[in-house]
Amino acid sequence: MIRRILPLVAGLLWASSAFAADYTLLNVSYDPTRELYADFNKAFAAAYQKENGKSVEIKQSHGGSGSQARAVIDGLQADVVTLALAYDIDAIAAKGLVAPDWQKRLSQNASPYTSTIVFLVRKGNPKAIKDWDDLIKPGVQVITPNPKTSGGARWNYLAAWGFAEKKFGSPDKAKKFVADLFKNVPVLDTGARGSTVTFVERDVGDVLLAWENEAFLAQREFGKGKFEIVAPPSSILAEPPISVVDKVADKKGTRAVAEAYLKYWYTKEGQEIATRNSYRPRDAEIAKEHEKSFAKVELFTIDDVFGGWTKAQKDHFGEGGIFDQIYKN
Amino acid sequence: MSTQTSFVTPVAPLKPYASTAGAAVSSLSRREARERPRAIASPKDFRTEPGPVRFVIVALAVSFLTIFVVLPLVVVFASALSKGFGAYFAALAEPEALSAIRLTLMVAAISVGLNLLFGVIAAWAIAKFDFPGKTFLVTLIDLPFSVSPVISGLVFVLLFGAQGYWGTWLQAHNIHILFAVPGIALATIFVTFPFVARSLIPLMQEQGTQEEEAAISLGASGLQTFFRVTLPNIKWGLLYGVLLCNARAMGEFGAVSVVSGHIRGETNTMPLLVEILYNEYQFVASFAIASLLAMLALITLVVKTVLERRLDDEGQIPRNDSSDH
Repeated sequence: MIRRILPLVAGLLWASSAFAADYTLLNVSYDPTRELYADFNKAFAAAYQKENGKSVEIKQSHGGSGSQARAVIDGLQADVVTLALAYDIDAIAAKGLVAPDWQKRLSQNASPYTSTIVFLVRKGNPKAIKDWDDLIKPGVQVITPNPKTSGGARWNYLAAWGFAEKKFGSPDKAKKFVADLFKNVPVLDTGARGSTVTFVERDVGDVLLAWENEAFLAQREFGKGKFEIVAPPSSILAEPPISVVDKVADKKGTRAVAEAYLKYWYTKEGQEIATRNSYRPRDAEIAKEHEKSFAKVELFTIDDVFGGWTKAQKDHFGEGGIFDQIYKN
Repeated sequence: MSTQTSFVTPVAPLKPYASTAGAAVSSLSRREARERPRAIASPKDFRTEPGPVRFVIVALAVSFLTIFVVLPLVVVFASALSKGFGAYFAALAEPEALSAIRLTLMVAAISVGLNLLFGVIAAWAIAKFDFPGKTFLVTLIDLPFSVSPVISGLVFVLLFGAQGYWGTWLQAHNIHILFAVPGIALATIFVTFPFVARSLIPLMQEQGTQEEEAAISLGASGLQTFFRVTLPNIKWGLLYGVLLCNARAMGEFGAVSVVSGHIRGETNTMPLLVEILYNEYQFVASFAIASLLAMLALITLVVKTVLERRLDDEGQIPRNDSSDH
């Protein structure tokens, strides 16, 4: 009996994909895009096959945005990177793997889909959280990951800072506000998904600071009845950027297909896929069509308020930066 | 087993494996020596505490075991089967799951195979020969146990990464070690290296070199001596080391996570896939893979018990307990 089953099992295990695609791309991405790219890759492969008669297989790697960038720098053979923030692709560019002008090569800051930071609260919003300043009230527990390790958390932090600087008028007051906010954080997870699991599964905290698409996903996965999404009146425009990794794509001879892959984001189909996965589309028409799916939020950009990622990174998250000063106290 | 070795004072055991190796050897046969302390330690003689105290202590121990060992195991299987057997097997038949199982088995086979070879050679050299720097070598063999697995992984990034020592050369020659199967295998070999050697060294030291000396004086060659005399003497201890080595190789997370690159369907081992699926809210699939690893643990446990009994009967007892790592 066992002798008959064993070869069967072994055969099943070793019957690796006999199907070999004409092109294989590796897309190194960050954590919350798993569902998005599962959807997008299928659509792109079909479209490319139809147009060029060649099959494309896209492999995915997901992880924290910063550590994924590090892996590409250390030699992970990514044809394209689709990360959480421009700073991480800048880091790859600094090692000469990506052209320095990468963010100009595609329109819209090379971010074909965007998101923003919203609040996920428990059913009925028992702590009545409506805006950023509700987060520093005593007794409110805020869940957000550690900005030192998580790209998503940096967006959260900068969104809070942007709100405070505008409302209270000075960086010092903004610093005080963000410090008060982090006093209300009981656990700092290392990644965005970790925080979501802490809030949703382990039932810790009153409000989760999350990417809008993550908040929608958590709501879909765990039932609408249990959580509510609260969009604050103003928040940051999160622009997750994409780029071809020039050195790898040129070596592997995949530049053309890699570029086609990224450009597919800017088509109507690509924009629809982004919308379907609760990312905000860039295309004005599609955005208008799905107006009702996304709350009206006044969005400010990192370039406007912080002078770009490199500066924000240095001022806020570098060694001895503002976050370190806040967290020490 | 002959009793002749009992009259030989064995080589002083090396530090980590301490004490008992020498103590068991006396004019008594080894078997008797082992049974005597057992007779003294009969539970009856120690029942000096009053009933309630005994009850509290036993209850504490049992509840501790239940909470920390039994309960997690039950949770793993219950979660894996929470949506029925259909969902369970469907999760295991996913291409990504199959690829992870395949990769894990392959890496385990490579690392166990190589560690078997190197472990036996190292143990043989250390237990049967004297040479300068021996103590240092023993310490070196233990090193992977004392280094955090994440650091073990990072070492390989520093060596083989594109920015590492050999990175430029490897890149130029299009050789992929990191973020591919060779890197995963290397990291696994590193963390599992001590198991085989550590199970064998004390055993071989206790056995001494007399039988080998006899074989050689009767005209056997070195290899003949090894295969006809040494190997049969250590076979159960060797199996024991291989078993532990295999369990760790399949279960390793930290070191592999650093060098894997997490390419879906390609460089994710089973432990890595468990985490990924959990983060994707695919709890059933995640626990289904976890249940396979748990089953591996249970099987390992059973085989380990059987082997230990064998070792006991034949006087081949590994003095160290590597299982606590």
